[in-house]
Amino acid sequence: MSRLVVASIGPASSVQDGGRLGAQRYGLTVSGAMDRVSLAAANTLVGNAPFAAAVEIGPFGASFTARDGAVRVAIAGAPRNADVAGSPLALDSSVTLKDGETLTLGFARGGAFTYLAIEGAIKGEKVFGSLAVNARAGLGSPYPRTLQAGDEFSVDTASGVAELRIELPKPASGPIRVVLGPQDDEFDDANKALFLDSEWKISATSDRMGYRLEGPAIKHLHGHNIVSDGTVNGSIQVPGNGAPIALMMDRGTSGGYPKIATIITADVGRLAQTSAGTAFRFKAVSMAEAQDEARKFAQLIRTLPDRLRSADTVALNIEALSDANVAGYAVSAVDAGTWQVTAEP
Amino acid sequence: MAATLPPPRLLPSGDSAVTVEFSRTIDDDANQRVLALDKALAASPIDGITETVPTYRSLLVHYDPGTIGFDALGEKLLSLASQPLPPATKARRWRIPVAYGGEHGIDLEDVAKALNTTPDDIVARHVGGDYKVAMIGFTPGWSYLSGLDKSLHMSRRQNPRLLTPAGTISIGGIQAGIQCLAAPSGWHLLGRTPVRTYQLHRSPTFLTEPGDRVTFFAIDHKTFDELDRAAEAGEIIAEQVDA
Repeated sequence: MSRLVVASIGPASSVQDGGRLGAQRYGLTVSGAMDRVSLAAANTLVGNAPFAAAVEIGPFGASFTARDGAVRVAIAGAPRNADVAGSPLALDSSVTLKDGETLTLGFARGGAFTYLAIEGAIKGEKVFGSLAVNARAGLGSPYPRTLQAGDEFSVDTASGVAELRIELPKPASGPIRVVLGPQDDEFDDANKALFLDSEWKISATSDRMGYRLEGPAIKHLHGHNIVSDGTVNGSIQVPGNGAPIALMMDRGTSGGYPKIATIITADVGRLAQTSAGTAFRFKAVSMAEAQDEARKFAQLIRTLPDRLRSADTVALNIEALSDANVAGYAVSAVDAGTWQVTAEP
Repeated sequence: MAATLPPPRLLPSGDSAVTVEFSRTIDDDANQRVLALDKALAASPIDGITETVPTYRSLLVHYDPGTIGFDALGEKLLSLASQPLPPATKARRWRIPVAYGGEHGIDLEDVAKALNTTPDDIVARHVGGDYKVAMIGFTPGWSYLSGLDKSLHMSRRQNPRLLTPAGTISIGGIQAGIQCLAAPSGWHLLGRTPVRTYQLHRSPTFLTEPGDRVTFFAIDHKTFDELDRAAEAGEIIAEQVDA
């Protein structure tokens, strides 16, 4: 066994996996990765099951050091500068940290969450089949809270297999797709149109529980109180002030505000990776189209191993550089002062 | 009863869930139908359903659209929901000890004042209730109860509290509640129970189920402390009786 030590880490970083299913009827939310494709890509790179537990790194920087042996890791998700002992590491690729070597990750350049998967996966005590951190319920393993410097994981010693990169499809760049409902009848046509036709921005006071949307106020037809009913990942509820909130992985399992629309499964991760302050729009799609996209999304995750390529060092460096140029540094993911940390009550 | 109620509405909740809505308001008959449909699905599962979440008035059904589509699932759910309600089976009943008033129930006196009566009378009315767990939600183990005495119906606080203690026993609107974890709340806090409706590493982790019956009985604060220690050690201190 080796150890992977968290040398430094910003807030809003935690162990996440595919989530905790089966106990929403008891009020226990699912938690799990905000961007499931990126979690699955990072895991696939190191030979893990797609939704194995990995480190979800928030918008700020982080560094990890291998101890007592080599540790093989991979990164995917929000782009950021990464290097191991001065050599850049491209997003969507694996690397083996020799004993004592440190992987250093910068701030997210666009998006918010980058996933660090570890060969053999993070080990811990599962509750309802998951290691995912749900700080409010005191759940998550090995640490039932966001990560701090000095935390460490007992991990498999690196296998020594050749490093890989993964060719992911270009992420869709159009509007975030939604299916109207379940309570779209609590809004008149003008307000539904206002929701669908307006430009929205994600507020910096967003977190794993919900993304607050800035834009025009959406008015209810019959007031903002409904009798609480169930929520899903991507439910867009409209509270009394008319500012919609997209419910994310740490949402309450039930809620008492009308839900105008629901983000399709394939686009929840895209919204999760939309930087605060970046303008975007919604687009309503039919149930048939949404379910077709959900099936394609599941298919993509199933077939990620087919997208693995051997990592060519030269290509890899060029890719890292071009990635940096394309993404630029203009977009700061969030304002460090206002990003809320869900783990702190 | 079911024959007099309209068929449920199927409300799309994204591509992987559907809300089967029996009523828009809090309605005991609707809640009964919710729990009956939930039970029917547990007894004869439909391929593709991954999880169900009963609430007061609707059943949220999570499913895998790779296994079953919205239309096919909707048809099956409507057909199941149109079945007559099965005869009422014996429900479990939990007797829950509560330390009322004082530091454990900081709103008891104010509630008594607002209703022009004494704290003891409020306790008597709360203890006299025959409750049903209508749903569990918001945070783990938070049990929403129907059956609150009409004389205790009162609107929620103007200013919700940001944090209320674990085990809080409260009333809000026409509902009563058992709260497990410390959480924000706009309800009126009458007391606290040492009972944990959710406790990790205990079997069962969750004590209450939707459909369970609940009654409360008063304990003094010293008994609370003793039971709290036992509960912390993992003992199930709620008394279970047949309803």
